[in-house]
Amino acid sequence: MVGYIVRRLIQSVIVLFGVTIVVFVLLHLIPGGEARALLGPKATQADIIAFNRELGLDKPLPVQYFTWLNNILHGNLGYSYRFNAPVAQLIGTDLPKTLVLMGASYLVALIVAIPLGILQGVRHNKFDDYTLTAFSFLFYSMPPYWLGLVLILIFSVQLQWLPPTAPQGNLGQASFDSQLVAGLALPVITLALITIAQFSRYQRSAVMDSLVQDHVRTARSKGLTSMQTLGRHVLRNSLIPLLTLLGVSLPALFAGALLTESIFNYPGMGLLFWQAAQSSDYPTLLATTLIVSVATLAGSLLADIMYAIVDPRIRYS
Amino acid sequence: MSSTPLPQTQLETAAIHTKSKGSFRLVAEAFLADRLGIVGMVFLMFMVLFCFVGPLVYHTNQINANITNLHLPPGSPGHILGTDQDGYDLLGRLMVGGQTALIIGFLAAFLATMFGAIWGAFAGYYGGIVDSVMMRVVDTMLAIPSLFLTLFLAAVVTITSQDLIFIVALVAWLIPSRLIRGEALSLKSREYVQAVRMMGGSSFRAIFLHIIPNTIGTIMVNASFQIADAILLVAALGYLGLGVPPPATNWGDMLASGTNFILAGYWWLIYFPGAAIVLTVVAFNFVGDALRSALEQRIK
Repeated sequence: MVGYIVRRLIQSVIVLFGVTIVVFVLLHLIPGGEARALLGPKATQADIIAFNRELGLDKPLPVQYFTWLNNILHGNLGYSYRFNAPVAQLIGTDLPKTLVLMGASYLVALIVAIPLGILQGVRHNKFDDYTLTAFSFLFYSMPPYWLGLVLILIFSVQLQWLPPTAPQGNLGQASFDSQLVAGLALPVITLALITIAQFSRYQRSAVMDSLVQDHVRTARSKGLTSMQTLGRHVLRNSLIPLLTLLGVSLPALFAGALLTESIFNYPGMGLLFWQAAQSSDYPTLLATTLIVSVATLAGSLLADIMYAIVDPRIRYS
Repeated sequence: MSSTPLPQTQLETAAIHTKSKGSFRLVAEAFLADRLGIVGMVFLMFMVLFCFVGPLVYHTNQINANITNLHLPPGSPGHILGTDQDGYDLLGRLMVGGQTALIIGFLAAFLATMFGAIWGAFAGYYGGIVDSVMMRVVDTMLAIPSLFLTLFLAAVVTITSQDLIFIVALVAWLIPSRLIRGEALSLKSREYVQAVRMMGGSSFRAIFLHIIPNTIGTIMVNASFQIADAILLVAALGYLGLGVPPPATNWGDMLASGTNFILAGYWWLIYFPGAAIVLTVVAFNFVGDALRSALEQRIK
């Protein structure tokens, strides 16, 4: 298994290297480039040449790429034009806020989705399963930006129970922490509802799969109650697919977080990315995309490794 | 390949023809027995009629803004669903926006599935180093979450509807290519593919006439999910302000402008376009799901 993990690691590093090339090339395919985006349409050709020379943007693309890569490996993510601050510093304050949002949503999603999935698996193809299936289809197809807006209309505008904006400022500041629970309620519900729909689907089919296994039948026939069988034999085995899903669903969660942050104006990394995209802030765009990609790769790598550890039947040669 | 004796070719095509017809009927019967699939199919037909035939019946001005009629609530005289922030009739706006959403979604999914299928079929058929390189390209692109990649591209070019199709297709071809590669891996060792090779048929012939046609089930199922995803992605880009230039619109752009008035309580600007997106996406997912289980039953 160690060999398998090492191979997966090497593979991930190669893919990560590929990601840096793709992202870098795509960004530099754009006509005009950073100089035009930053200096505006009134800049003269001379201004642009001077700007490019100063930042080393007149060098050949491969040279620029390796300079950029070298900087990143040394922890220098570049300097944001739009926010006038080092990108590493921006991400350092914004990423934890995104992680709080995503972590809370994951937690809520798991707490709701596991019992829901078990219920559906046990009662599969009965009326309650059909009803829940219809709902999970509905939420799964529901884009976070719309779900968030509907929740704002209901809970902020109509009922006036919860604020429509997320906490502002940074973690640790009084203005942020005091608003944390109330302000994050709607964003977390938005992101969690969509995740629940997906997780409970998987949990349902995993439960259905393990219900027909021999050891479950044995457990039932030796006299365990259905609750005991569910807890000891079905639940434990059905958690394996969910474990994998946790890692694999990371990119979707990042995308969901981006949209959720833009709805509720939550100053996390998604909002940072969006603002950078609107103002062609290349260094910030490159760095955030890279971080999200690293997280995605790490998520699927971890999922594979956990899968290999948890399920001893799987042997990799 | 022209050296293949004629009668044999006819026999071969005849055999394939009757087989595919028989299995087609089986799949169609299984599909028709699936209630959710039928609901989805009927709804999609309604949606296409609504968006493309609707404007011929229900005439509204969707070119010129009308600032004397802003934000009329649903039920106002002459405007069943009310008007939006530019005074456009909302029902008519939903039709126009739906045209863009459906066309972009369909074309992007079509382009992506075609390209993905060819890419995957080549990788799976050739195997070895070709397969590794081609699939690492897919892995690399998949490692960048699609919303980030598309937003990244959409932000730096000025968008037209054609650009949107290509931008969405650029991320949508990856999943089909993986699926088709998996199928091509097993199909290439089948007798009929081996036979084509033995008779001197080229790799191209084997891939385009034998492998890809035999993955048509997977392609169809995946295409219906891809359309749903493409509609969602285009709407997301529209919501984030990267939509089609006015007076054109799509459901996501409509939501984006409605958001500005959410605290004023103009719920109709949010509920109707959003419901259009969700119901269409659910319908495509129902159809895809029904197709998938219909095809699985055929295999059993």
